[in-house]
Amino acid sequence: MASRFMNWVDARFPATQLWNEHIGEYYAPKNFNVWYYFGSLAMLVLANQLLTGIWLAMFYKPSAAAAFGSVAYIMRDVEWGWLIRYMHSTGASFFFIVVYLHMFRALLYGSYRKPRELLWIFGCLIFLALMAEAFMGYVLPWGNMSYWGAQVIISLFSAIPVVGEQLTTWIRGDFVIGDATLNRFFALHVVALPFVLVGLVIAHIMALHHVGSNNPDGIEIKANKGSDGHPVDGIPFHPYYTVKDLFGVGVFLTLFAAVIFFAPEFGGFFLEPPNFTEANPSVTPEHIAPVWYFTPFYAMLRAINFQLFGIDAKLLGVITMFGAVLILFVLPWLDRSKVKSIRYKGIIFKVMLAALVVSFLILGYIGTQAPSPLLTTIAQICTAIYFAFFLLMPFYSVLDRTKPVPERVTG
Amino acid sequence: MMRQLFIALFLMMPLAAMAAGGESVPFHHETNLGNQASLQRGAKMFMNYCSGCHSLQYMRYQRISEDLEIPEEVMENNLILTRGKIHDTIQGTMSKENAAEWFGKAPPDLTLTARERGADWIYSFLLGFYLDDSRPSGVNNVVMSNTAMPAVLAPLQGFQALKHEDEGESEGGGHGGGHGEPQFELVQEGQLNPAEYRAAAADLTNFLVYVGEPVKLVRYSLGFKVIVFLLLFTALAYMLKKEFWRDVH
Repeated sequence: MASRFMNWVDARFPATQLWNEHIGEYYAPKNFNVWYYFGSLAMLVLANQLLTGIWLAMFYKPSAAAAFGSVAYIMRDVEWGWLIRYMHSTGASFFFIVVYLHMFRALLYGSYRKPRELLWIFGCLIFLALMAEAFMGYVLPWGNMSYWGAQVIISLFSAIPVVGEQLTTWIRGDFVIGDATLNRFFALHVVALPFVLVGLVIAHIMALHHVGSNNPDGIEIKANKGSDGHPVDGIPFHPYYTVKDLFGVGVFLTLFAAVIFFAPEFGGFFLEPPNFTEANPSVTPEHIAPVWYFTPFYAMLRAINFQLFGIDAKLLGVITMFGAVLILFVLPWLDRSKVKSIRYKGIIFKVMLAALVVSFLILGYIGTQAPSPLLTTIAQICTAIYFAFFLLMPFYSVLDRTKPVPERVTG
Repeated sequence: MMRQLFIALFLMMPLAAMAAGGESVPFHHETNLGNQASLQRGAKMFMNYCSGCHSLQYMRYQRISEDLEIPEEVMENNLILTRGKIHDTIQGTMSKENAAEWFGKAPPDLTLTARERGADWIYSFLLGFYLDDSRPSGVNNVVMSNTAMPAVLAPLQGFQALKHEDEGESEGGGHGGGHGEPQFELVQEGQLNPAEYRAAAADLTNFLVYVGEPVKLVRYSLGFKVIVFLLLFTALAYMLKKEFWRDVH
């Protein structure tokens, strides 16, 4: 009965074929370690954001006059509204935690290398779209930090020569941030960018399943196939990785719930105190800082307080900040090492990667703090290290002494 | 494996340790939302002393009545001092325009003050009024200097004078200097002695913390159940994974 039904469907839609290609007969390396949980977890958080977002949009009112009050209404009068909202606000931060760890995994094991360049580029585009999505979502509650954060970020575009001022007016839809800005950010946040994100995620997964997953050894399991035509070091995604990821989901949800129920503000990092007062153009918060996941880039922006080659400091800062994200796109062509995985790379790469991580975390901290001369100097050094990791890679990845790579995957 | 995962996820967590501290204030308030009698006293105090000027525009009388187990009749007869109905939100009695004219600044809505400034700030503000002839209201506040708010709670607290910092230091003599608690001297006694007034201010602070996030009353106990469930789920998923992976070598 069931098989007759599936035959009927398969004659009309490639359901079984899709299932097999992407789940049932997708052979993944058997040696995935803890870093490989974050891909499926990112999908889980995306689903969480989409679902909770739909319900929030049922009660939220996208107007400067009513937005702040409607969030209070969701928190107080809507049945379970507080839970849905905390799931969404905590989910935003967890999305970035998961995505940062997912990207770090790619750096560790060279998952961006040939033939996965497009897979990596789709991932970078997801990161970029996610940043835009998060920024616009942050404006919607219309708290005072929403307002002033938007003020700072949008004003960055005014640094662009000639068209800057008109561009910012065009983005805001007004000469100041106001009702028009909030309305368009709502449209972009709930319709346009989710479409872009979901589309990119599909492209990302299609590319992954086309080329096959990398693994902690950075070797191609497809190069070593058994008599059945399947990689000897591969196992079907289902049931092996579905049950394994289910365990990862359990651990993740436990931590996620711990924050939602016991620390939804997370000490002022996930929900900032100044955002519990309504947007007020005449009262500036003591110091304006973006949410934690943007602070490394914000610190780079502020670190550039000098002009160079006749480019003024503000524009140079903006170029640096966007450059820090855009440089990720060319990473596949910067790495010229003979091996992919850190397991077989030499000491130079390990030191550079450690320096990158430490610099990024320090920048993240500095971005939350009020500026001071000492912090600015440290931020400048860390920004230099961040870019050095990428820009010097073509040189040190060749110089680095690599170890021989095994034929088969190791534990 | 499990340990590694925890370590990985907790990598980002130290961020919490450097929490955005907010303003530093002299007094610490130990919030206790489990103390319903305190919340009820706080509600009574708010309605009697604060609600004339300050609204709680997102809070409904009915919610307070349900959450704090104050019968609706008692609420309607004793705590709703305006024409508001039990299902209404708590509005101040003054118009914003009048208030701004009389005080120079309209008294702020207090629904979310505890979330914006913190319990310590509210508690310190309530304890921090002192006599200051240079102010039109005759008082000033150590937490919010030059506040437009008059000493509404003076009938309870009495009036206190702020000792100058150097005096405080010479008296204290010990380590720490004069930067801890400000030194006050009670000039005119109120209906309550200082300990009683501190307790009353603590009740009011508790109440405002509750008003800032009413769901806090259920959030923790529900969260505990959810996490117990998730831990069981995770343990089962782990065993399932072990079972399926038995044949992977």
